[in-house]
Amino acid sequence: MRTQSPALRLEDIVKTFPGVRALDGVSFEVQPGEVHALLGENGAGKSTLMKVLAGMHQPDEGRIYIGGRQVTMKTPLEAKAEGVVLIHQELSLAEELSAAENIYLGELPRKRFGLVDRQTLLAKAGAILERLKCGFGPEVTVGDLSIANKQMVEIARALTVDAKTVVFDEPTASLTDAEKVVLFDIIRDLKDRGVGIVYISHRMEEIFTISDRISVLRDGSYRGTLITADTNEDEVTQLMIGRSLDLTRNHEPANLGAIALEVKALCCGSLFHDVSFKVHSGEVVGFYGLVGAGRTEIAETLFGLRTPSSGAICLEGKEVTISSPVSAIENGISLVPENRKEQGLVLGMNCRDNITLPQVSDLTAGPFVSDGAEIAIFDHYRDKLEIKTPNWRQLVGNLSGGNQQKIVIGKWLSMHPKVLIVDEPTRGIDVGSKSEIHKLIRDLARQGYAVIVISSEMPEVMHVSDRIIAMYQGRIMREFTSEEVTEDNLVQAISGIVANGDRAA
Amino acid sequence: MTTSNRTKTIKRGAIWGFIVLELIFFSVAGRFLSVSQTQFMDLDNMLLLLKQSAPIGIIALGMTVIMINGNIDLSVGAIFALCAIVMLDSQTWPIFAGLGELGVIPFAWGMALLTGMVLGAINGLIVWKTGVDAFIVTLGAMLGYRGLVFMYNGEQPTFLLNWTLVDMIESSLLGLEFPAIAFIVLTFLIWFLMTKTVHGRNAYAVGDNREAAVNAGIRVGPHMLWNFVLIGFLTALSSIVFYSASGSVNPNDGELYELWAITAVVLGGTKLTGGSGSVINTFGGVIAIQLLRKGLGHIGADTETVNLVIGLILIAVLFLDRQLNVKGKGELRT
Repeated sequence: MRTQSPALRLEDIVKTFPGVRALDGVSFEVQPGEVHALLGENGAGKSTLMKVLAGMHQPDEGRIYIGGRQVTMKTPLEAKAEGVVLIHQELSLAEELSAAENIYLGELPRKRFGLVDRQTLLAKAGAILERLKCGFGPEVTVGDLSIANKQMVEIARALTVDAKTVVFDEPTASLTDAEKVVLFDIIRDLKDRGVGIVYISHRMEEIFTISDRISVLRDGSYRGTLITADTNEDEVTQLMIGRSLDLTRNHEPANLGAIALEVKALCCGSLFHDVSFKVHSGEVVGFYGLVGAGRTEIAETLFGLRTPSSGAICLEGKEVTISSPVSAIENGISLVPENRKEQGLVLGMNCRDNITLPQVSDLTAGPFVSDGAEIAIFDHYRDKLEIKTPNWRQLVGNLSGGNQQKIVIGKWLSMHPKVLIVDEPTRGIDVGSKSEIHKLIRDLARQGYAVIVISSEMPEVMHVSDRIIAMYQGRIMREFTSEEVTEDNLVQAISGIVANGDRAA
Repeated sequence: MTTSNRTKTIKRGAIWGFIVLELIFFSVAGRFLSVSQTQFMDLDNMLLLLKQSAPIGIIALGMTVIMINGNIDLSVGAIFALCAIVMLDSQTWPIFAGLGELGVIPFAWGMALLTGMVLGAINGLIVWKTGVDAFIVTLGAMLGYRGLVFMYNGEQPTFLLNWTLVDMIESSLLGLEFPAIAFIVLTFLIWFLMTKTVHGRNAYAVGDNREAAVNAGIRVGPHMLWNFVLIGFLTALSSIVFYSASGSVNPNDGELYELWAITAVVLGGTKLTGGSGSVINTFGGVIAIQLLRKGLGHIGADTETVNLVIGLILIAVLFLDRQLNVKGKGELRT
């Protein structure tokens, strides 16, 4: 390593919240001109560490050095003045304002009487955008830009100060592959200028592409730093979760029953076309594809949230019309949605009420809801799914991600569906609960449920599915059995490359 | 966990603590400053207070339901006035002639209740079918319905005294007059509705997370429509309670009632964003405001001062609520 003083160094940082030791003696440094990746599961302390870096939290113990000099940063503004800039995962831009105004927000150049000096503003912002090789000028309205370009505006904002350290928090979460390449070019460019870069991400392959060193956090404590060139994914995963995750391919022979769901030539506007597939009871069918391939949209159509433009949906051999979630539920289709908190749960309600929500109107004694019937249902699914909660009165918002997901699954199992659709079953769930959810999905198939799993994680899809349907731009490219599928042919299929020309329907 | 439970208990009991504080303050301050000789915490005085709280209180019950549901209704003041006109005026309609002073009462009340429910249904239908925010829809309705009030009788007050009706309203049970009884009974009925029935359960779910409610198969549109019908019904009831005895309604009556009702609901701890709140605490909010009005009057403050104080207290309460919430959230952040 270099001998010059690091751009940024943290020593023994401790930060506690009531009841939680969020950071427990974390040390971390970034050299000028280095990309240092920060890895850890949800809840490992990454966001807290970042907030300490950005002056949003004050550490209880520990020291922060910038360029060898100890500093305290009490506000984000002070952090910025010290040259530490954070590029947020959730962009914080004023959509109605121009790119230039956003870049200099809070520090707009002024003329006399407090008027904005538009010429200087446009010139300075234009120069920065030029430097980033952005394809748009300073005068465009930010709301009209793509997400990738909005991110450019955020980065440009970071460059208005003489940034010595730039922290990227999950920057590629909503970028396309082409946009990712551009972002990486910019990061390399910053690096060449001697800026220290902290790169936070979950995505292993990105980290290996861009970083020089990798530091790992687990449960709020520092687990070590690896030099990217000398390590591999396994070693990093080991460090991250303390053991390796079992994601071997599913080998369990499917115990197929009758066809539960058959979809014939289903189309929905420009979202997906000519989609046909069958799901048997006792089978898990995985849908794999890139974001925007139309997988979630198919699920939403089956659940009555979208109206198909043509095609047919048959349940147990009978054609049905599904016009709303109400009719989907009546027909025995249930959906565990992609975003648990936004679409699946009422966070301010307790566990029991969330589970019984779709059927509460059937659980009445006279005009009143029957407490006993509800508690019986809750108890049943708490035991069946091993939901960890002190009691049914606990608000769902206070549960962990894994237990929240189990509540959503329990909610739908209690409706005894014929077809259960699970969209991104383990998004935002820690590794331990992940394997529990995977096991649960396999169990459900064994019990005779027809299950559709939509996932963006290839190992997950391969781990839980009996069959995998690969989608590309709204079409089914190929169907694989669990014996046929390999990472290579799956990646080809979802990238639109048809192997040996046989497009399965 | 225990701290967040404590925070919750504090928030739930806050309004009652505030009421106790008011009672103590006005009783003590009344000794030195009172313009009258009577005690503040006199039973008659308290019963009168309950009766005076009833009109805004009954509306506030409906507003609680609407706000838990994630909506708001600004048109209740105008509905209040229109129902009053219908109730008084309908007693002179030729079709009800010959029914006598007693016989006409159910019909007049029925007409008023029907008016309230229809006006509420119009709001609900527009909110459901257009998807426009309830704030905007009922803001329009507030102006529109007030327009109807003026079209009915111009600038003139509508006037009718039915002595049988007056006697009925002023008759009392255990010292409680009809309006007070109506307020208490309705509070319990709506409390039952919100805590024990499917409709109430769904109201909280829709207010907390509308998308999840849709995904759980709740028919959100019709559900919200019923809540607007309910607040229309309650507003009409409030109007009946108030005008049966007074017998005279001015076209500007009921103005700002929507804001008083919202103030009471918010003081009672119901969230403006929906999903949480309690009818019983709204009852507390209504009583707290009325106590403040009466108490300040008791120690010789004028109306302007009363409004200023209530405004300041409302802001202070919301500030405290925010502090408690921030604290609660900080604990969960990891």
